[in-house]
Amino acid sequence: MTTADDAASRLHGQGLTLAYEQRVISQDLAVTIPDNSFTVIVGPNACGKSTLLRALSRTLKPARGHVHLDGRVIGSYPAKEVARRLGLLPQTSIAPDGIGVADLVARGRFPHQGFLRQWSTQDEAVVAEAMEATGIADLADRSVDELSGGQRQRVWLAMVLTQQTPLLLLDEPTTYLDIAHQMDMLDLCADLHAERGHTLVAVLHDLNHACRYATHLIVMKEGAIVAEGDPATVVTADLVEEVFGLPVRVIDDPETHTPMIVPVNRRAAAR
Amino acid sequence: MSDTLAPPRRSGTSGGRTTPRGSFALRLFGERLSLLVRPRTLVVCLSLTLLSALVLIVSVSVGDYGIPLGAVPGAIAGYGERLDVFFVQGVRLPRALTAIGVGAALGVAGAVFQSLSRNALGSPDIIGFTSGAATGAVTVILVFGAGRVAVSLGAIAGGLFTAAVVYLLAMKNGVQGYRLVLVGIGVSAMLGSVRDYLLTRAELTDALGAQIWMIGSLNGRGWGEVAAVWVCLALLGPVLLAQGKRLRFMELGDDTARGLGVSTQATQLTSLAAASALTGAAIAVAGPIGFVALAAPQLARRLTRAGGTTLVGSALMGAALLVVADLVALRALAPVQLPAGVVTAVIGGSYLIWLLYTEWRGGRA
Repeated sequence: MTTADDAASRLHGQGLTLAYEQRVISQDLAVTIPDNSFTVIVGPNACGKSTLLRALSRTLKPARGHVHLDGRVIGSYPAKEVARRLGLLPQTSIAPDGIGVADLVARGRFPHQGFLRQWSTQDEAVVAEAMEATGIADLADRSVDELSGGQRQRVWLAMVLTQQTPLLLLDEPTTYLDIAHQMDMLDLCADLHAERGHTLVAVLHDLNHACRYATHLIVMKEGAIVAEGDPATVVTADLVEEVFGLPVRVIDDPETHTPMIVPVNRRAAAR
Repeated sequence: MSDTLAPPRRSGTSGGRTTPRGSFALRLFGERLSLLVRPRTLVVCLSLTLLSALVLIVSVSVGDYGIPLGAVPGAIAGYGERLDVFFVQGVRLPRALTAIGVGAALGVAGAVFQSLSRNALGSPDIIGFTSGAATGAVTVILVFGAGRVAVSLGAIAGGLFTAAVVYLLAMKNGVQGYRLVLVGIGVSAMLGSVRDYLLTRAELTDALGAQIWMIGSLNGRGWGEVAAVWVCLALLGPVLLAQGKRLRFMELGDDTARGLGVSTQATQLTSLAAASALTGAAIAVAGPIGFVALAAPQLARRLTRAGGTTLVGSALMGAALLVVADLVALRALAPVQLPAGVVTAVIGGSYLIWLLYTEWRGGRA
């Protein structure tokens, strides 16, 4: 984590103290998101991973320290300017009653619009393309209320994509989805990263998912970053036990040849 | 531009598959101007404007001293019989214009409060503003026995003070809708008992005057009131309209709105301040007229089916609601004049219930 790296990266933060009111989550945190990476932040519940993502996406102002986006402190940009560089899919969003799928996706064009430029042909094309990319083009005329959880999450992702930002931050994009839809969502993210060149930062709960999809892994515990790098080198049985307090075996994922975590059968060991 | 062969399109319309439902794009000057037009919203707004104008003319013409409809435009302009001109210019026109202004102010303010609290109950009635204004006014009436201007100032002071207290009490990492509503209900209840206490201690005639003020009425309002409410509308209306789009984004959730490039705190503060001031002006002029701020945004939203708050629609709906209510208040039990506040709840309430009922029956909730 040299300063040369920091200067090269589009999104990084130094000396971050992150807190809600008086409750300090992280202290003196330094983080660098490698350009063109699919970075995944993992850690046990309440380790501060979502808080870090909120700081990186300027939804939480650090109590101390600064997050830099493209060489400038993120808070010094006008709000719309940040939204043209960095897209955020928060954990929860609220779809207004009865809003249509295309209407909601189109809202992502806000940072590109103005009073005299409310709905250009480019807006139209970008929205159509985002719905195509997320596989929801057929749903354009439906109401968001009628959709399943998996479809809904795609709609929100499509909305963020229409911002056309090089950086995408996703806060637990697979929560509330069943296993098939989780894999759909993650495959979609991997495509966005590999084929469309987005730099992705995602908070994920499932370590195996993180190992499969991340090109850069950040492991957090109690507000601090305890390890980071390529999942293949970072994820070891010792690390997982240290961070999660769970004895595991790390084996080779037969499908992707990435590390795979299998919890030790404690009941058998106790017998 | 690259397409030099094609003649510049001076105007054009298009409705691609991705254009928001029920809207079309109006693109002019080679797309230097691209507007999103929603015919249904336009029709609703135009109809409400027409309705208000019609009711204005009717309410100017009817009364114990009837003026033929044909003579009304002339009398408004100052021509015709002297008595016609006196009644129209001196009494009925300012009253109707006050009703429209107060209704519009309450409608748009209600829409802002509901949008920010993401709660259909988040109107100034519920979050304590109205209650604070009433307590301020009643205190001035009963304790100081002062005149109308002082009562208005007391109402504004009471309203703003209460709104600030409720806002501060409900604030924790920004304001959340249900906290605002709950704290508002609590503070309103406390202020209600303060008012009740003052009323029990007051002389009967004073108490009656205070009671009537608290219902809200447009009786005897003149050009001073017209000027007060319309100047506030002219100054603060544009401020709110400029925030309209951002308010609709805030309804997606704070983080989502911020992610899309909305400076949420600035939007929240600006629109709350402007909406509070408009409510204050409306209450100062007409007393705490109930239900307009609560019902108008809901009615407008359901009529336009825009999937979100519509500030212009709410303002026009509020105006129409109050001017109709005041006409009914004037004529329903003539020659007895009812306070308009009695009628707004009846008309607005039944209309809202009917609309919700048909909507639920129709399966569109």
